[in-house]
This record gives sequence, structure tokens and C-alpha cells, in this order.
Amino acid sequence: MAEITYREAVRRALIEEMRRDERVFIMGEEVGVWGGTYAVTRGLLEEFGEKRVRDTPISEMVIAGAAVGAAMNGLRPVAEIMTVNFALLSLDAIVNHAAKVRYMFGGQFECPLVLRTTAGWGQLSATHSQTLENYFAHVPGLKVIMPGTPRDAYGLLKSAIRDPDPVIFIEHTHLYRVRGEVPDEEFTLPIGRSEVKRPGRDVTVIAYSRMLQEALKAADELAREGIECEVIDIATLRPLDLKPIIASFKKTYRAVLATEQWLGYGIDAEVAAQIYEHAFDYLDAPIRRVTSKPVPLPYNRDLEQLALPDKEDIKQAVLEVLR
Amino acid sequence: MSQIQAEEGVLNSLDQETLLQWYRQMVLIRRVEEEAANAYQRGYIGGFLHLYIGEEAVAVGALNALRPDDNVVVHYRDHGHALARGIPARAVMAELFGKVTGCSRGKGGSMHLADGQRRFWGGYAIVGGQMALATGIALADQYQGNDRLTICFFGDGATNNGYFLESMNLAAVWKLPVIWVCENNQYGMGTAVERASAVTEIYRKACAYDTPAEQVNGQDVLGVYAAVRRAAEHVRAGNGPYFVEVVTYRYRGHSMGDPERYRSKAEVEEWLHQDPIERLKRVLFDYGVTPEQLEAIHAEVEEEVRDAVRFATESPAPPPEALFEDIYAAPPAGDPFVLPV
Repeated sequence: MAEITYREAVRRALIEEMRRDERVFIMGEEVGVWGGTYAVTRGLLEEFGEKRVRDTPISEMVIAGAAVGAAMNGLRPVAEIMTVNFALLSLDAIVNHAAKVRYMFGGQFECPLVLRTTAGWGQLSATHSQTLENYFAHVPGLKVIMPGTPRDAYGLLKSAIRDPDPVIFIEHTHLYRVRGEVPDEEFTLPIGRSEVKRPGRDVTVIAYSRMLQEALKAADELAREGIECEVIDIATLRPLDLKPIIASFKKTYRAVLATEQWLGYGIDAEVAAQIYEHAFDYLDAPIRRVTSKPVPLPYNRDLEQLALPDKEDIKQAVLEVLR
Repeated sequence: MSQIQAEEGVLNSLDQETLLQWYRQMVLIRRVEEEAANAYQRGYIGGFLHLYIGEEAVAVGALNALRPDDNVVVHYRDHGHALARGIPARAVMAELFGKVTGCSRGKGGSMHLADGQRRFWGGYAIVGGQMALATGIALADQYQGNDRLTICFFGDGATNNGYFLESMNLAAVWKLPVIWVCENNQYGMGTAVERASAVTEIYRKACAYDTPAEQVNGQDVLGVYAAVRRAAEHVRAGNGPYFVEVVTYRYRGHSMGDPERYRSKAEVEEWLHQDPIERLKRVLFDYGVTPEQLEAIHAEVEEEVRDAVRFATESPAPPPEALFEDIYAAPPAGDPFVLPV
């Protein structure tokens, strides 16, 4: 089993799926000649040619909309929107069309598209540093995935490309260099599964994407103090697999939710509500949410760090729910 | 060679039977729309209802210039295109009535008629959004080596938003097999073209994307047909997209309940004198068609429309289970957002 980076895992999934299925193609800004803004698609143009690795103009509306049309008419587009901030320009095609064409035409059409995009930050200021997965996860008809490890990025992207429904696949730029074990044998992972990444008896910590890595670090450190966190990864945000969350909560009676979302109307709020509805009698402490501060992200490095959550915030929240 | 001569060549190839068929389609569209308006006023049809009366020659001329396997993508004023494509009046009317026998099983309504079997990819109700979808539908055919083309209809209003720019540009960059048809009916809702667009001759906008374009009288079904035939030849030969601006007029309001403060009765009256059905009738008489032949067509259409309304009225509504059907290919197991009905 090889240890590879998250970036390599995504690239491997893309290459394998393109070799497997002629209908799979990539379109987006700088995916071809440049090799991908985050170097994910480097080398793909050379292997697959311009027909299947298609550089587009800076046209997020038509990138997403054309991906919908191509998917309806028999292809398997993997459209890349450079960052989730720019995907705001694609929202109409995603929300009004990708998510609707199956339903509003009475099941006549399908839309098997993957829209890959990135979340992340790093002194990029307010319009390049947002965490908007809840915008998509709110919408019936979409599937939303935010993997937190190389193995999951690989296995879930392969499933997303084979899925008959539109999938929003959000990678985190801070994870691209994270290394992890990915089996050499080809495999896929099912969409719509939450997974216990670390068993524990004291507190249930629910996270995804970069905050999964922070939660695992926090759990390691807390274990040294004798506190055992059960870390659950909700890599698929929609559909949401509640079962492992509720099962864990019924064991620990305490939960901490960790996301990079702004505080307010986020994924964390939804999961907390689900726990309250399904396991109210098991509640020993208020559920704690670890999130970004609800501010536009500032440029100044210290201010930026002040707004962002990390493992220390998770540790503190765990200690609070145990108090 | 002048365009007129070329056009005469095309038109000479049309026999009487073909023209009678087009006439029938246009009359059917008008009568379906009139009955839909009645049904709306009686409460059988809800939501928005956008009528195509006055614009019949556009859909009929354009779609008859194409092959049945070409792709059709439309805006929300889509009843005329659906009927011209051959979707039965029953299925159209039942959809307006929200019945399970409707062409979108009662879930789309007036603005979202579709028929996958006829490659009628649907009516879309976000202005311009269908242009991006059409770009992708055309891409899929080019990619797979099919010689199908995609025709995409949109209004004058759509040419002022971002989808127009992005789709026109990408389709031209990738030489996609698309015919863009701008139905310039003079108003985007209640805003006149000259109040909304820096260029009032819409076809000139295509110049920015190096896409050949022409303007045609949309009240003349033969002219529309000839223009779209030219477009189809250009596109199918692999030359990339082609743009047709069709100058037309909707007799009724933007949708039902439009007080029409933005235009004068005199203006509407003037367009009524250029009625596309009357115009085709004159051509037919030139071809030697008799008034009796046309009366027979009208009688047939009457029966078809009456039958469609009866069918729509008597059809069942979608069952409650339909509420959560077709959100995904299969309902995700254990998803807390799929609720029991």
C-alpha cells in the first residue's frame, strides 16, 4: 500500500476513470495546458488529448451549464471550477438545472455530472477564502462530498464519476499535500456513508474535510490526557448518513461538531438538529460547534488565523462538553 | 446569387401537402393556446401561463427545417415548440393541468414541457440558462461523432445576460453544432428591446462571436424555414454555430394577467395584420388549396383540442408518492432528507 498525497489521489482517480470510460472528460479553467491551478490535472492533457481535457474560457456559468447539458446527452463530465468562490457564478446552472432536470421533467433525463471545486484560504482575503458547501448541501437533487483523506478522495471521486446524479466534489487546498495510505488495488467507496475514523468512548467529534484532520490531531493529543474521542467523518454531506452519528452519540452522550463553515445556518447546525431530533434522551451536555468566526476573512495573517478554527478549538470544545 | 433566388429554390421544393401540414400545426398551436387560456381562467391551470399566440410560424418553420433526431432546447414559452415537435396535444394539455399523463408527469407544468423520446430537452425558465445547456448538449454530440445538431430558442431579453455571452462564445470557440434562434418578440416581459439592449438589431450581436447571423421575418413561416435550413446546412457541415434572429410578436400579454401598460392597442393591431396563419393561408391559396380543405383542417384541430382538454380533465393527478420520486436515480438509503409521504 502506497502513501500518496491527496492531490495524487484525486489525479489517480481521474486518470483511472478516464481510461475506464470514454465518456468521462474534464473541462474547466486551466485544466489542460497549465495542468490545473493546483496541479491536480497535470499530465492529463498529454495522455488524453484536447478532446477530453478541455480548457475553457473564464466562463463559470457556461462551464457548469454545458456540463449539465453534456451529462443529459450521454457524457460524464467532470467540470472543474477553480474555487468554490467562483462557483457562485455557476450556482444557477447547478441549483436550477443540475438539481432539477430529473425531477421537473418527470424522470426523463439524468444528470451524471461531477463538479470539482476547492475550498481553502491562506491570506487570500474575503472573496477567495469561503466555505460554501452548505449552499449546495441545502439543495434536494444534489450530492455533496468533501473528503478529508487521500483514500477517501480517491474512492469517493471514482464513485462520484460513476454516479447517475450530479455531485459537487469539494477538495480543500490545505489537504493537497497531506499524505495517506491508499491501496494500490483499484477500489471505490460508497457515496452517502459516514465513517468512524477513530473509535472512542467519551465524546463524539463529527468533522469533514480539513477539520477531519484537525479532529484526528486533537483526538491524539486528548488521548494522552486520557480522553477518548470517537471521530466520525461525514465526507458525504448530502445524502447524510446519520446512523453512525446517532449510534456513537448514544454511547458517548456528548458531541462536538467541527467545520470551517461560518457560525450560522451551516452544516454543523443541521447535524446538531438531527442529533437533537434522534437522540434527545441521550443528551448529557449541549452540543458544541467549532466553526469559523462569522466574518469576511481578512487579509492580515494574524487576523485571518483568529477567524479560523483548528485542533486547539476542537480540544477546548471537547473539554467543555465533558465539564 | 441572391438569397431570394436561393430561397425560392428551397420553397419550390415544398409540396402542398407539406405546407398544409405546417398550416395544421400552426392552427393547432393557436387553438391549444386559446383553450389553455380558457382553462387557466377557469382555474384548471395554475402558476404562470405564457402563450405563444402570434409566434406560431417561428417554431413551425424552424423545427420543420430539422431532422427528427436533432436536439431542441427551449425557453419557458414552450407550448408551440412542443406541439411543432410532435408532442401530442393531450400530453401538452395534461401537463398544463398538472396531471400524471402530462409530458413531464405533472411535475414541470407550462414552463417545463419535455419529451426525451423526441429529443425535446425541455423548456427552461431561467432566462438564458438553456443556452448553456444547449452548448453542452451539442458538445456531447460533437464529442461522440454524431451528426445531430442542437437548436436553441431564446428571447430578445436573454441576449442581455451573461449566459448569452458565455454560450455564444464557447460554442464558437469549440465550433459546436448549434443553431441559435433568437425570438425577438419586441419585449422582455414589459421592457421594449430599445430600452434594454444597446443594439436593437439583435442578430448583430452574433458578430462579436464571429458567428454568421441573419434576421428573418418571424411571421413568415416559409422565411423562417428557409433561414433555419441554411443554418442547418452550415452547422451540420461542421462550420460551428449559426445565429437566426426571428422578428415576431406575441399577441397576448407576457403571461396571463399582464395589464400590458407597456404597449399600445394600435401597435398590437398593426401586428395582427401580419398574422402568420393568415399569411400562410394566402400562400396556400396560391398553391391552389381550396377553402374547404382548410375548413377540414380546422374541424380536425377542433376535435383534437377538445379531445386534449377532455383527456387532461379526466386524467389522474400524480400520486402522493411521486413527491419524493426522481429527486435522485434511487432514493439514498438512510437519508434523513427523504421523508415518508
